[in-house]
Amino acid sequence: MSLVEIRFHGRGGQGAVTAAQLLVAAAFKAGKKGVQAFPFFGAERRGAPVMAFARVADEEVVIHSQIYNPDVVVVLDSGVMEYVDVAKGVKEGGLVIINTTKKPSEYNFGKVRVATVDATGIAMKNKISISGIPIVNTAILGSIAKCVNWVGIEHLEKAITEKMGEKAPQNIEAIREAYNSTVVA
Amino acid sequence: MPKEIIDTANHIAAEAVRIAKPGVVAAYPITPQTTIVEKIAQMIETGKMKSEFICVESEHSAMTAAIGASASGVRSYTATSSHGLLLMHEMLTWAGMARLPVVMTNINRAVGPGWNIWCDLNDALAQRDTGWIQIYCAYPQEIFDTTIQAFKLAEDKRISLPVMVNHEGFIMSHTSMPAKIYDEAEVDKYLPKYNPNWKLDPQDPLSHGNLISPEHYTEVRNDMQKSFDAAKDIFVKNAEDWKKQFGSYFGGMIEYYMCDDAQYVMVTLGTIGAEGKVAVDKLRKEGHKVGIARIRMFRPFPTEEIEKLSKKSTLIVIDRAISPGMGGIVHSEVKSCAAPGTKIFGFIAGLGGRDVTYGDIENMIRKAIEGKAKSSEWYDLKEAQ
Repeated sequence: MSLVEIRFHGRGGQGAVTAAQLLVAAAFKAGKKGVQAFPFFGAERRGAPVMAFARVADEEVVIHSQIYNPDVVVVLDSGVMEYVDVAKGVKEGGLVIINTTKKPSEYNFGKVRVATVDATGIAMKNKISISGIPIVNTAILGSIAKCVNWVGIEHLEKAITEKMGEKAPQNIEAIREAYNSTVVA
Repeated sequence: MPKEIIDTANHIAAEAVRIAKPGVVAAYPITPQTTIVEKIAQMIETGKMKSEFICVESEHSAMTAAIGASASGVRSYTATSSHGLLLMHEMLTWAGMARLPVVMTNINRAVGPGWNIWCDLNDALAQRDTGWIQIYCAYPQEIFDTTIQAFKLAEDKRISLPVMVNHEGFIMSHTSMPAKIYDEAEVDKYLPKYNPNWKLDPQDPLSHGNLISPEHYTEVRNDMQKSFDAAKDIFVKNAEDWKKQFGSYFGGMIEYYMCDDAQYVMVTLGTIGAEGKVAVDKLRKEGHKVGIARIRMFRPFPTEEIEKLSKKSTLIVIDRAISPGMGGIVHSEVKSCAAPGTKIFGFIAGLGGRDVTYGDIENMIRKAIEGKAKSSEWYDLKEAQ
């Protein structure tokens, strides 16, 4: 593994940036010395389509430009796919993980693997919500751990315990459920 | 033991400020600096940091309050960005000329109009002549280290000058990466308490900032110039002492990368000098002898080092800022101290937050290698629409 680039798609307020930050904190615990998480540079509005980015590498990351050809795309809200080409620039052999009740076979992005998980259902079941809206940014991290070999569920659990304190247990439960229920094509 | 954290450059800078223990922080929020001020205010509110936080109504007042605190013998700090920095301009010269060791983080952001919250370096470079030492960072650890080193340099009795530590808006400010937060007790050994040359004290009244006639003004300015000259060696030594004590090090006035045998050296400020390493590695694999000189200290300027470099290498200057009617600002500075006959190419790139990728950097260096670069040109300029 040299450098893995990840792009998150979601809506403002869904925690795409937090997801990127938790992911790299976990990857760091997995021994990846070079990690980086950043928002799309600009002004965010609640509900509008947003992006967040992460880089994970064995050595220190010196790159600071935006990510144009991600290895992994994570879609927190499949609704944005109506307006946003989430698979834009994704590398051949790359991976797209979508929060949806659909099956991977219902999507086609060319030579790209697709994984699906009902992260919204898992978040609701574990009562992870803000103002009644389910928050899926932690659950879907479990799906990433299922699909890649550079971060494990145990690293995510540690990162979440550190960052979330008393809210950690239900988020860890959600991650485990997502890990177990993710379907990879 | 140092604590290794993963956080944004703004929060890492705030941690460094907490450990440096300024007595007064006076600041006004502006994107993309806001998260530094929020973090510091929160740390003061929760007792993690013992400083007086002065909420002010503008950046002009923020700098004025920092000046007042510093003049009363207290370590003082502020942070700003872009138009906030421009609004401070008058008081920047006051801090500089009054020889007050205020430390400021400036988050580089373009100036408007058109209104733009993204990165370029025109805000800080436009303050070149205000009497501030200017340092530009490209790594989160460098921001932590340099922020603390800045207090030491500013408060050194041979220097007594304010220091501006720059990092780039969003590119650094909102990007989370790992950094080591060193122990406060260890930092205390490195950074002594501020012991001012003089201070405003009601028990021992003195007058400050009064009229200086033509008979003395020139000598006062000359004394300041001498301190700027002296700051070069002291900055380098402070960085080396830090390396011995803590281990992290990012170079002296310049961070050199693969320059020893380089025929072509890219000269720049900030993260272009970090990302450029990927381009240099690729070009090296093809057999091109290329390197990077990332200028860390812009004022005082590394004139001797640039002259030395220019005697053995062709220089390619990438500027994320422009002096309208002249050209790239670093380009002009480099030309002014390069050896006669040096080949120097200049590119203007990345204004107002336009991305400068390692691919772009490779293209610019390659253009110079292939003899296609002009003495000065704009990179990635779109046709008029």
